[in-house]
Amino acid sequence: MIALQSVSKHFQHRGKSVAALANVTLRIGKGDFVAIIGPSGSGKSTFLHLVGGMLSPTEGNVRIENESLYDLTSDQRSALRKKKIGFVFQTFNLVPYLTALENVQVPLVLAGRGEAEQQRRAESLLGRVGLSDRLDHKPSELSVGQQQRVALARMLANDPALILADEPTGNLDPETSASIMDFLVELNTEGRTIVMVTHDLRVADRAKRALRLVNGSIQADGCARPLPVTSLSSREQKALSIN
Amino acid sequence: MKLQTLVWREIFERKNQLATSFVAILLGVSVIVAMKNITFYSEKAVAYQLDALGANILVLPKSASLQDYYSADMQNDEFPEEYVKRLTTSDLQGLDNLSPKFSIPVEVTGRRYILTGILPKNEFQAKAAWQTVSIFTRPEACGVAVDVPGLAAPAKETLVRKRVVQTLGTNELLIGADMAAALKLTEGETIQVMGRSFKVSAVLPQTGTVDDARAFTHLHTVQQMAGKGAVVNAIEVVGCCQQISQGLVQKINQLLPDAKVVTITQIVDTQIKTNRMMSRLSLLFLTIIVLVGGASIANYMFANVFERRREIGTLMALGASSHVVLRMFLLKAVWLGLAGGVGGYVLGSAMAAILGPRVAGVPVFPMLTPLLWAVGVAVLVCVAATFLPARRAARLDPSAALQEI
Repeated sequence: MIALQSVSKHFQHRGKSVAALANVTLRIGKGDFVAIIGPSGSGKSTFLHLVGGMLSPTEGNVRIENESLYDLTSDQRSALRKKKIGFVFQTFNLVPYLTALENVQVPLVLAGRGEAEQQRRAESLLGRVGLSDRLDHKPSELSVGQQQRVALARMLANDPALILADEPTGNLDPETSASIMDFLVELNTEGRTIVMVTHDLRVADRAKRALRLVNGSIQADGCARPLPVTSLSSREQKALSIN
Repeated sequence: MKLQTLVWREIFERKNQLATSFVAILLGVSVIVAMKNITFYSEKAVAYQLDALGANILVLPKSASLQDYYSADMQNDEFPEEYVKRLTTSDLQGLDNLSPKFSIPVEVTGRRYILTGILPKNEFQAKAAWQTVSIFTRPEACGVAVDVPGLAAPAKETLVRKRVVQTLGTNELLIGADMAAALKLTEGETIQVMGRSFKVSAVLPQTGTVDDARAFTHLHTVQQMAGKGAVVNAIEVVGCCQQISQGLVQKINQLLPDAKVVTITQIVDTQIKTNRMMSRLSLLFLTIIVLVGGASIANYMFANVFERRREIGTLMALGASSHVVLRMFLLKAVWLGLAGGVGGYVLGSAMAAILGPRVAGVPVFPMLTPLLWAVGVAVLVCVAATFLPARRAARLDPSAALQEI
């Protein structure tokens, strides 16, 4: 489903070139659940945005379902995201002045769905994440766990085949975090492909495989289980929040 | 939900930030609306007063002076009545009422009076050639043909002062107040003038001018009595002030090179100066609204885009195209413009109604035309000022927007 071929991304910082991703080659099959782990600044978010069509690579090629992502125009990539990709953010990124129901309706509005269908679909999705009684609540009136569930419902609005999750449990307590991961696993069992970046190894443990991103390079590939903690340096263990 | 709902919610969420821009547009538009409204009624009132004063352009024989005209002492100066036809069949714009006159001295019971021949309006209209040029159709915004609410319509007798009467028989006489008093004449009585019998059809009200000692009858009757043929010694013209300022007098001079064309410049100049002043002030306020209002809106919109980077980035991540983002901000500008325009119209109309009588001394009533104008200007300014910030939002790098905060 996703194929990265010799992908590099460099940023200019005070006149110097900084490599966020360096020569990454990777394939993620349909229905896979991949955790990308690595310390802060290792290029995790850059990787996710690149796969999501929001950040063009300096070099290399990114393909989604055999379509070269960055041969498309910006608006064509937006259309592809709308149709096939769902995003989950660490800080949820809900629109603060819209209710839970309206937040879930946003992708449906962008997809041009009718109002009745929007309403029906949004109510159904909020029901699925257990928020049927919070439809008219604004994000500020919800707990962080509830906010992330609204974000999950919003992510599912257009029934995406690919889910890109950026530290989805980063702001949550362990219990809420576990329930969110249960939900992501459930979505994966439905056949959706999930790419999740995290620095929490326990969360990464719920994925089918984990890849370690260090200094912009993928360190291991194809692991059925998360990388053993012992394989990480003490600095990495500290950076990856291993208690 | 529609995209518009999202725009509305955002406006109400951050209404306090929007307030300054809204007030700038509201005040700018309201001042312009008030000025336009007051100017309109002021112009109408001045035109109405001009109309009541009578003709503002005079066509006289070359040798006659304005003094001769005012003293009705032009017995020896004439020009052909055909000049009237030249005027009416010309393509000159801004000619309203034309009143050819021929005055001769007459003696009645030992006293000397002036008998002036005038051509009634119905005879103008009866002449097909003159009718086709619509001589009595006043151009739009020309003034006197428009009734001004709050100002009384002229009395029947003052039609003579407007230099036109609708009908006048060849043996009918309109008689000045002093002459009627001296001769003890009332309406319906008959009088002998130069051996000819006339019926007094109206006694004119006191004017304090030479007209009080004057009698009016049909032009052709006076021409017959004088035995000089089809001649006149004055053509009084009510010209449209706008056209006068655009050189109507010079054009009449070119058309009638053997006549003298004069205008009551003082009165016309006053109106032209007033109009120009109001027009310049309106332009000044339009400039202010465009600069201050536009700058305020642009500043607010740039700040709004900056503040909403994460939201815009999220919408883009959810699949919003650059066109959708651009439309969101432009829709917001349109709503701001609509609200500012309509609010400004209401406030401006109220200001005009309250301040009009004090500032311009005329009653001012709300008009619908400035509503379209106000909304159009406000929306245009808002959209123009928002375009650059909106384009910046549409070009935002979603990845950078999501990572930097």
